Amino acid sequence: MALLEFDDVSVTYRSRGADVPAVRNVSLSVDAGESLGIAGESGCGKTTLTSTVLRMQPKTARVTGEVRLDGQNVLGLSWGKVRALRWAQASVVFQGAMHALNPVQRIGDQLAEPILLHSPKTSKAKADTKVGELLEMVGLPARRAQAYPHQLSGGQKQRVMIAMALACGPRLIVADEPTTALDVMVQAQVLDVITALVKDLGVGLVFISHDLSVLSSTCDRIAVMYAGRVVEEGPAADVFDRPKHPYAGALAGAFPRIGDTRFRYAPAGLPGDPPFPGDLPSGCPFHPRCPRVEARCSATEPELLAIGDHKTACLVAQDEAVQA
Amino acid sequence: MTGDGTNAALEARGVAVSFRGRGGGGTAWAVDGVDLALGRGEIVALVGESGCGKTTLARTLLGLEKPTNGEVVVDGEPLEYGRKALKAYRRRVQLVLQDPTGALNPRHTVYEAVAEGLRVHGAVEAERQRVAEALSLAGLRPPERFFLRYPHELSGGQRQRVVIAGALVLEPDIIVADEPVSSLDASVRGEILALLLKLREQLGLSLLVVTHDLGLAWNIADRVAVMYLGRIVEEGPTEQVLANPQHPYTRALLSVVPEMERLEQVVLTGEPPDPTKVPAGCRFHPRCPVVASGEAARLGIEEACRTQPLPVLTVGTDHTSACHLATSGA
Repeated sequence: MALLEFDDVSVTYRSRGADVPAVRNVSLSVDAGESLGIAGESGCGKTTLTSTVLRMQPKTARVTGEVRLDGQNVLGLSWGKVRALRWAQASVVFQGAMHALNPVQRIGDQLAEPILLHSPKTSKAKADTKVGELLEMVGLPARRAQAYPHQLSGGQKQRVMIAMALACGPRLIVADEPTTALDVMVQAQVLDVITALVKDLGVGLVFISHDLSVLSSTCDRIAVMYAGRVVEEGPAADVFDRPKHPYAGALAGAFPRIGDTRFRYAPAGLPGDPPFPGDLPSGCPFHPRCPRVEARCSATEPELLAIGDHKTACLVAQDEAVQA
Repeated sequence: MTGDGTNAALEARGVAVSFRGRGGGGTAWAVDGVDLALGRGEIVALVGESGCGKTTLARTLLGLEKPTNGEVVVDGEPLEYGRKALKAYRRRVQLVLQDPTGALNPRHTVYEAVAEGLRVHGAVEAERQRVAEALSLAGLRPPERFFLRYPHELSGGQRQRVVIAGALVLEPDIIVADEPVSSLDASVRGEILALLLKLREQLGLSLLVVTHDLGLAWNIADRVAVMYLGRIVEEGPTEQVLANPQHPYTRALLSVVPEMERLEQVVLTGEPPDPTKVPAGCRFHPRCPVVASGEAARLGIEEACRTQPLPVLTVGTDHTSACHLATSGA
């Protein structure tokens, strides 16, 4: 049984009297000790999808399908059970999370908060020891517990947020663009911390980013979302180096391979904007922007089909695989 | 169009900028002796970590910061800091910032945002036409369709195009762009970079791009200057600096770019050190993997790394690196 399973999940928002499908029929799974990257542009539904794991989606959202954490459908749980789940079973590191730290409270007290909330009987000394351990786990000295947020750099604050996500020993961590605001060297440090956690503690990781190159160096598998659906899924290196779906190809091409002369003076972009989820194009929702579009693409929305251990939702790529 | 000094549109000569430290904490040398030249029609990428001084150097080149030592030279003439001279200068040199959402007033229409520069500089004639031209150069076509839009109605990429149009409307010779694509989606990033390349071609613009993104430099820059703790530590044509880096710092930066997996990762510990306490000798030596691995000792240069400061890299030589490894011939 997988640690986390999205089983045919759809999320629909109600906006100005109309239904807006933000996520459409997504099925994905993550095992313990495995990392899944979810890629896509702003508005593709990646954050909405993962917000369902801890039931953090807005009240107006209607969720169908099942989201199973350790086999238990979290969509059917009472609020009390959901609260017990948060932090202890699964926790989230948000984008720009470092700004979420309370500026007038010491780092250590903030780290101890979830521990004391979930096990109120923990003694102060025990909580302090745990806080020190957590900080060391993310590569910060235990004495930094005494620091206030303004005394830490951006990368250090982001590591504190990762330590906080680990406070109650969750089995699953959802990291939503955890390194986007960080510098390259600091990003590398934070990514190293995250990769080590998956390997050493055997936690499951869902890593959201628009940067396919970051995902390919951190995750085992990558799913690419477009207009609320998964359009490509497979082993990370495969998706990055040999993308099948033209959209996955565009995302992979956006980050040049340094040293490869094909990318000199040739930045690769993707014209146009992603569609508004309430007004999707007919057929394949990517067809108006697609460099490989054919006449049939505006008529049929392709299914996500397996080609080897890689899945893709593109009619053209599927035909090519059949011929090959 | 190399930075040979004679043909430069904009130059830093021995520029140093200091700030007084907080709470009696000594003087911080954010920029600590830099020679850099931006040739006409050239694209130079200034790269380095947060806190290395690259933004302060860019601000100094824009005339927003006055150098403590050294001078900024524009078309062969030293930059003057009188109000009138600066205003005239700022018409020719425009700034594009990282976050277009923060750079645009949410209550101004696209037209007002782009026309603002013209109004500030009293260029009132043919305003409508000039705004339309700038928008269309920035790839927002037909421009009239965007005149009355507000920033919240635009996508991130479109907003950055509006910011670029606002810079172009004054017909500058030089654009300084500070992380122009780092807040944008992956798919939009290439579009904006392609736009910058096209503007150089069409208008002969010179472009200084301040970034920590080496992929961006590989995509569009003619030359790359790598900055560490207030100094340029390696400089030269992009193909040479990025494909054949000489300085251990440049090598470390390259090795942590996620798609560079064939390189062995050199993750430097800590963050750039404190500009109020620049280490003796080579300023990079406390973090340098060559020193830490004992390689420097084996080559007999460790003593030099710890005690002997390196000279400021001079403009005009082709590919240079401020490292005892390079000067020792090892």
